[in-house]
Amino acid sequence: MNERSTSTAAPLARLIEEFYKLPGIGPKSAQRLAYFILRMPAPEARSLAEAILEVKDKVTLCSTCQNVTEVDPCRICTDAARDRTIICVVEEPLDILALERTGSYHGLYHVLHGAISPMDGIGPDDLKVSELLNRLRSGETQELILATNPNLEGEATSMYLARLIGPLGLRITRLARGLPAGGDLEYADDVTLTRALEGRQEMNG
Amino acid sequence: MPSSSRLYKTEAIILRARKFGEADRILTLFTPTFGKLEAKAKGVRKTTSRLSGHLQPLNRCMLQLAQGHLTDVITGCETLDSFRRLRDDLELLSRGLYAAELTDRMTAENVQALGTYRLLFDTLNRLDAGTGAETALRFFEMGLLDQAGFRPEVERCVGCGRALEPDGDGATAGFFAPVAGGAVCRDCVPGMAGPRVMTLNGLKVLRLLLRGSYNDVARVNVPPELAEEVERHLRSYIIAVLERDVNSAAFIERLRRDGARMAIEV
Repeated sequence: MNERSTSTAAPLARLIEEFYKLPGIGPKSAQRLAYFILRMPAPEARSLAEAILEVKDKVTLCSTCQNVTEVDPCRICTDAARDRTIICVVEEPLDILALERTGSYHGLYHVLHGAISPMDGIGPDDLKVSELLNRLRSGETQELILATNPNLEGEATSMYLARLIGPLGLRITRLARGLPAGGDLEYADDVTLTRALEGRQEMNG
Repeated sequence: MPSSSRLYKTEAIILRARKFGEADRILTLFTPTFGKLEAKAKGVRKTTSRLSGHLQPLNRCMLQLAQGHLTDVITGCETLDSFRRLRDDLELLSRGLYAAELTDRMTAENVQALGTYRLLFDTLNRLDAGTGAETALRFFEMGLLDQAGFRPEVERCVGCGRALEPDGDGATAGFFAPVAGGAVCRDCVPGMAGPRVMTLNGLKVLRLLLRGSYNDVARVNVPPELAEEVERHLRSYIIAVLERDVNSAAFIERLRRDGARMAIEV
């Protein structure tokens, strides 16, 4: 940002520049946030700064599932109550939060930290794919759930993994793709509708 | 740009999509009327979005857009073609993405390019048909280069202008020098950057790709070695024109390597 002027105190200008680097923050928002912090009580500002340092110091990736964690292996990987024969593969750590919120899944996870995106030059080597393969070779896993996003990159990633892991002989499943709850049929695109038809289920009245 | 009305409709093939903000995407669209343009699709990363399924890369759709301050905003969309077979096959999908990326890199924004639009549409249809994917891609590459004004010289030597003759061995016909712009005879090749030997059949296929229709090209039985040679020449030429590699090409290459490795392991 080139807006640093002599009228802004140097430390404040630095803070504005740091905020400006964050995603979704424009020059005006960066200024507003910086001035907000300037007016904050000192203990609150210190607590924010410490929280930022702590997250960088203490949070690492779980060596097993690659999720973000402060203890390695993470709490999910060490939870004896969870089903160790199923691994659910997701793109991002936030996807685990969404799946955990449902309370319907009790297996383990594996975070890829992205999806294959050929046009952006992101290939399998840029994801945690080899870590997944190593886990699967240990032989405990019976089922792999591919829970990548139902968009082009997510589908490409799932197809790639299915192809790569197929020879290992375990059960590979893909999250169902179809109509969202609360949606209208008339607005559905034909790919979604076709998948919904393919994945239709018996209803016993 | 589009007419005076704030809302307008256009057909488009979606070339690429990148995340923007909380739940939006910026799409690169390729349209028959306005050429390439960018538009914002709001809220399409939410599962409740009515548009998200329609707005996937490689879809051909009918779009309604509203002129915006900086970028236009997509307000409605109906899918015309989703190329399902291509989408469900990693090999075909990677080639479709390559075609889309190449179109994106070779075209300018807001310049009508109806011929290129048809070429891309035909190529996606050919890939979707599932046969002759490589032939379809070579025909696309040559057609796109030609339409973008980068037709490689394969009739005469780019050095001396003489017609290319078969070499003494009857199998080769000089060299292909991507940076120089095409074929080079044996006499002119010293001092040229990155020349590769070109077989006589390689030269013939390159000429056919330029002059012939797709059906002409598809009728020719090209053995794997020759197909590889033609792919190599065109790929190196594209890199020379763009002054950079095409990202999706690396993924196609990766799939090939994986495929070869699996074949050995089996």
